[in-house]
Amino acid sequence: MSASTSAKTLYDKLWDSHLVKQRDDGSALIYIDRQLVHEVTSPQAFEGLRLAGRPLWRVDANLATPDHNVPSDVSERAGGIAGIVDEISRIQVQTLDDNCESFGVTEFKINDVRQGIVHVVGPEQGATLPGMTVVCGDSHTATHGALGALAHGIGTSEVEHVMATQCLVQKKMKNMLVKVDGKLGFGVTPKDVVLAVIGKIGTAGGNGHAIEFGGEVFRDMSIEGRMTVCNMAIEAGARVGMVAVDDKTIEYVKGRPFAPKAEQWDAAVAQWRTLHSDDGAHFDTVVELHADDIIPQVTWGTSPEMVVAVNKTVPAPSDFNEPVKQSATKRALEYMGLTAGMAITDIQLDKVFIGSCTNSRIEDLRAAAAVVKGRKKAANVIQALVVPGSGLVKKQAEEEGLDKIFIEAGLEWRDPSCSMCLAMNSDKLGAGEHCASTSNRNFEGRQGFGGRTHLVSPEMAAAAAIAGHFVDVREMMSAEA
Amino acid sequence: MKKFTVETGIAAPMDRANVDTDMIIPKQFLKSIKRTGFGPNLFDELRYTDEGVPGKDCSSRPLNKEFPLNFARYQGATVLLARENFGCGSSREHAPWALDDYGFRAVIAPSYADIFYNNCFKNGLLPIVLSDEIVDQLFTEMYAQEGYQLTVDLEQQQVRTPSGEAFGFEVEGFRKHCLLNGLDDIGVTLQDAEAIKAFETKWQQQSPWLFAKS
Repeated sequence: MSASTSAKTLYDKLWDSHLVKQRDDGSALIYIDRQLVHEVTSPQAFEGLRLAGRPLWRVDANLATPDHNVPSDVSERAGGIAGIVDEISRIQVQTLDDNCESFGVTEFKINDVRQGIVHVVGPEQGATLPGMTVVCGDSHTATHGALGALAHGIGTSEVEHVMATQCLVQKKMKNMLVKVDGKLGFGVTPKDVVLAVIGKIGTAGGNGHAIEFGGEVFRDMSIEGRMTVCNMAIEAGARVGMVAVDDKTIEYVKGRPFAPKAEQWDAAVAQWRTLHSDDGAHFDTVVELHADDIIPQVTWGTSPEMVVAVNKTVPAPSDFNEPVKQSATKRALEYMGLTAGMAITDIQLDKVFIGSCTNSRIEDLRAAAAVVKGRKKAANVIQALVVPGSGLVKKQAEEEGLDKIFIEAGLEWRDPSCSMCLAMNSDKLGAGEHCASTSNRNFEGRQGFGGRTHLVSPEMAAAAAIAGHFVDVREMMSAEA
Repeated sequence: MKKFTVETGIAAPMDRANVDTDMIIPKQFLKSIKRTGFGPNLFDELRYTDEGVPGKDCSSRPLNKEFPLNFARYQGATVLLARENFGCGSSREHAPWALDDYGFRAVIAPSYADIFYNNCFKNGLLPIVLSDEIVDQLFTEMYAQEGYQLTVDLEQQQVRTPSGEAFGFEVEGFRKHCLLNGLDDIGVTLQDAEAIKAFETKWQQQSPWLFAKS
């Protein structure tokens, strides 16, 4: 089968529709529809504009909210910015406020109900829409690709560049299709799918590519599930992950505060309906998995590709052929304090974290609550945090009574922030502590100096909180049924 | 970015080889949320006799009286005379930020570390390469004459001494163009401002909801 020259991938379409200028050196100017701004990567960018006397090119294309440094602790949070104990964190959050004020950028401030993790807030508000180009000074910006948008994580100098020019200088990437067909089994989640994909292609597998997630599994998946998948595209090495627009996308967007209003809605939908890869479009790389082969996943090491199914054992260096992987495995086992050959279900846990831009949306919280309902946290788990992704997610969860379920089970119900995903606020692991975490990175020290992170789905994290060690959540749930 | 055309100013010495970026601006100052304000901590460990701490007011700190930048005769200097491999070490852009914030507009040395050299151009600071012999001559003249000023003329690609002697230097054409016109990456993109506006107008017609106020 030869690819038709006129058939385009979703990425090709989004690229072409935003191409301002192709330069002779192979780079291009791409128009950016939306920039999301948070407190960590924006201060030097605003400062750069101020020094150069440059205005924002388009003020209303920017939307800001503080997330990395805001406390999740409800009492610390109650004091607003002034109540943030850590001085450097407080200054960063205050600086975002000051910059948004002076440049006229809309900001959902620390205790605004619309505040939250920037990658939860964007879609929730309809501030990220199908067909948009979206950037943010954060590598997990690929999340927004779940809506059929082209979303890039960028650096601080690029943040300033987009603020000043509304364009990003980019070279076009290659197209990769990750295709998963079949039906996911009971208790198998979007997180397990994306971890299985990363386990298969590795953390560099998507380098230089824009990944489109296609196939029956992603078509069947909710929009929030697609966000979980696209969020971790960067963990497979790709700056961009995306899913084609379908009825679910359009239904999701409808009625959100920044979504097109009545008179523009039909035209928008007509345009969005074209946002899929054409039949016969060419992908440079295609990776295929089948749903039947995916069961709940747990990372055992210090890279997201160090992942196995929950019913497996921790691998040994000798299980790998390449010397580089053997030494990486040896180093990871030492850091993680694990022994090759031990069952994943024998890993004892000290903490549990349910949250992050990967898994802090209402569906994630519902799934976790369903597991802990009527059960109690294991005594050896000294802390189990549930950190909703936004004030609105928190409100919704409380209206559904999820907060009570968590609290009754012995979990802590917190305020929206990035929290223990990267430990920039006071939520941290101690040295040597093992954590079942619904976040996206298990790097050394990511959740605190010497901390040991295991990436899992919300259901698996909840089950681990109850058992005190990893368990196959499918067994815990079916035992009850 | 600031334009660089012609700069005439007092020359000051950094008379040692292999000055690294940690020496230019120590790591504890990288926590800042700003890219300005590094000037008081430029060469911090050489300049003061106590330990530099972020946020500390430098005006009351004990000065190292042996360090030339603390000499009255070099106050207000805008041209730094330096030795080979200036700016080696890390990639931190804080190094040119600190030199710029202190008030330097140009550095003259026999050679530079690559990354530092590139970073200078992004920040309006001109790093000039002159031969060992010429740099030696400039150091000698500077030490001999208080208030010694150098003129750096980017257009003519010349360094001129008070006696009127002129030394030519090389600079890549595109970098010269960007400095003369004050163009950083943003400045270069803004040269296509008309193309961006034209695109924006067309795009707004096609997708007006992307431009609606919430």
